[in-house]
Amino acid sequence: MSYQTLLYSLAVLGILGGILAAVLYLVAQKFKVEENPLIDEAEACLPGANCGGCGFAGCRALAEACVKQAAEKGNIDGLACPGTDMNKVAAVLGLTAGVFEPKIAVVRCNGSCQNSPSKVHYEGADICAFANTLYAGEGGCSKGCLGLGDCVKKCNFDALHIDKETGLPVVDPDKCVGCGVCARTCPRGIIEVRPRGKKDRRVYVCCSNTDKGALVIKNCSVGCIGCQKCLKECPFEAIEMRGNLAYIDPAKCKACGKCAKVCPRGSIHAINFPTPKPEVQTEVKPENTVTA
Amino acid sequence: MNPIKTFQKGGVHPEENKLSADLPIQDFPMPKQIIVPLGQCLGAPAECIVNKGDRVLTGQLIGTAKGFVSANVHSPATGTVAKVDVVMDHTGYYKPAVFIDREEQDEWVEGVIQTDELLTDIKLDPKQIIDKVKECGIVGMGGATFPTHVKLMVPEGKKAEYVIINAAECEPYLTCDYRLLLEKTQEFLIGVKILMKGVGTSKGIIGIETNKMKAIELLDKTIKEHPDLYAGIEVQPLKTKYPQGGEKQIIKAITGREVPSGKLPIETGCVVVNVASTYAIYEAVQKNKPLIERIVTVTGKSVKKPGNYRVRFGTPADLLIEAAGGLPEDITDIINGGPMMGKSVSVTNFPCMKGTSGILLMTLKEAQDRRQTNCIRCGRCAKACPMGLQPFLLHKVAKLNDFDETEKNHIMDCIECGSCEFTCPANIPLLDYIRYGKAKTGAIIRARNQK
Repeated sequence: MSYQTLLYSLAVLGILGGILAAVLYLVAQKFKVEENPLIDEAEACLPGANCGGCGFAGCRALAEACVKQAAEKGNIDGLACPGTDMNKVAAVLGLTAGVFEPKIAVVRCNGSCQNSPSKVHYEGADICAFANTLYAGEGGCSKGCLGLGDCVKKCNFDALHIDKETGLPVVDPDKCVGCGVCARTCPRGIIEVRPRGKKDRRVYVCCSNTDKGALVIKNCSVGCIGCQKCLKECPFEAIEMRGNLAYIDPAKCKACGKCAKVCPRGSIHAINFPTPKPEVQTEVKPENTVTA
Repeated sequence: MNPIKTFQKGGVHPEENKLSADLPIQDFPMPKQIIVPLGQCLGAPAECIVNKGDRVLTGQLIGTAKGFVSANVHSPATGTVAKVDVVMDHTGYYKPAVFIDREEQDEWVEGVIQTDELLTDIKLDPKQIIDKVKECGIVGMGGATFPTHVKLMVPEGKKAEYVIINAAECEPYLTCDYRLLLEKTQEFLIGVKILMKGVGTSKGIIGIETNKMKAIELLDKTIKEHPDLYAGIEVQPLKTKYPQGGEKQIIKAITGREVPSGKLPIETGCVVVNVASTYAIYEAVQKNKPLIERIVTVTGKSVKKPGNYRVRFGTPADLLIEAAGGLPEDITDIINGGPMMGKSVSVTNFPCMKGTSGILLMTLKEAQDRRQTNCIRCGRCAKACPMGLQPFLLHKVAKLNDFDETEKNHIMDCIECGSCEFTCPANIPLLDYIRYGKAKTGAIIRARNQK
């Protein structure tokens, strides 16, 4: 009697299990999601810590983004994991090693408390995105840094800090991985991720104001006025005008630093260049500090 | 007098400070050059149709509305266009504007009736009224500057039962609507008639707070004197409580109906129009006069000569401040609008616009940023919120950038009245964070709807 019960239940459960297994198998076959196997491979190169430091939700999201960008643009520029050599990922994706260029965030505004003195005082929520909807800025420049530190709050690497002296964010070149979270956060698009350049030397226009020169001068002593002197000076045609703002194309720039010398406003910053001869004393900043 | 009504949920009662209530409206002299911004309404700025060197007449169209939610801009003076350039508005941002070098004599465009005579006959039919309102560039002059013709176009399938005139003027300090009610009573009432005809209803209700008894009595008396002319218009006294003049609050107070979340007031069969806009509609429909001037209250506790001025658009605000006795020394905050919903300005020479209801000079004592402490969960903000929201929660989740949660907690229903911030004992800038959250959430919702 008990023997029969046992047999029956085993049989019923066995058949049931068999049918369900078959159904599951069929469903799994039918609704299989085709994924690029490269994503798995790329993910394997990443640490798997899901820290979010790259600006994506996790390592897999970064791997997906890498595969997507590699397919679309043939590079993985701007995608960086702070804990991995991205060349490994590049190799998996069939891109030659060395495609990955180390990058760094630059703050394209120099409207510090001294250069663009406060005309009004802001009291309210310390969110740039909110202040941006309210007013132009304490210094009056409608394209300049608001200094409330949305970028600082978003940075996962502790690489951005507001300098109390200038009221502007400062990038720590040792910590910045060039992930671009800050650039995406800034409501005014002041921060740009640029290649670090050879020997860490880079030249950029430290201003984001596309207004006419006369309006820029009103509010800031170091803003780009669109005089185009640098454009004429550049031997590599690396400088283009965006509205009334000069923009140095990092792909074409050979970091000769000539433009920085002719700029009448001191808007062009040349970083990490050897100390110039005494007559040119302006733009060069102390070693290893990106002052924005 | 009808029994006093009010909205039930929340609300606060700030000090009224109606310093300029008894001061009659004065015409403000125009300066040599006026700067007329092209974006004077909520929505798209107007497109400029004049060029440098053109001679423009007073009331001539200089900017045409671009898009559905947009309003025409007219020249407030006679003169020559000096340039079409940008000008700093009250926020400090540069906005496109027309600079006009004024001639001494005002020369109006053809067809405008310049006499002060009261015209009681409404000759236009409803469609013509709405077209006229659109043509004359009339917007909501309470401060939000929403184009009025859009409000008057009742969508198909809906019916307007009431025209509600928002004369609550619940903002402390401001008195421009009150003065207009006292001085242009008849014109205003004709304006109400025009609105009633425009949207096709026989009921018009004027909601006024009880701190303006003079206006209530005067309107009651005028309506009684001309029962035939003003048939259907009623004066409804409202309790003095902020934000009684909020569109949703005044509908709730007067009709007892609630505007559903995310819907327009027309859902409840109401069209709500501001006093100044109503008067502008009278001028537009009866006298063919486009919207080129408004009443601006210049006030503040330490202002020597507060006043109500009839100002042509484009007059720089610093001239008004000068006329009020100059900038007192203890001023720290200059506000465009009222103290509750107005915004601090970055520059003092911004041109007056359609939405400039007041220029308020706040003293250090009033405007000082008090020390912010932690939220003590007292729940006062939730009690004060007229929309029944939970500002403490919205502030927190907006600060954490959790926009799913803000949406779930109906941040989009916030009317940004500032009652929560006003009542907060910990001095937390609740409204700042809520505005931030609302802007972000709104952008997410719009992006989702577009897909």
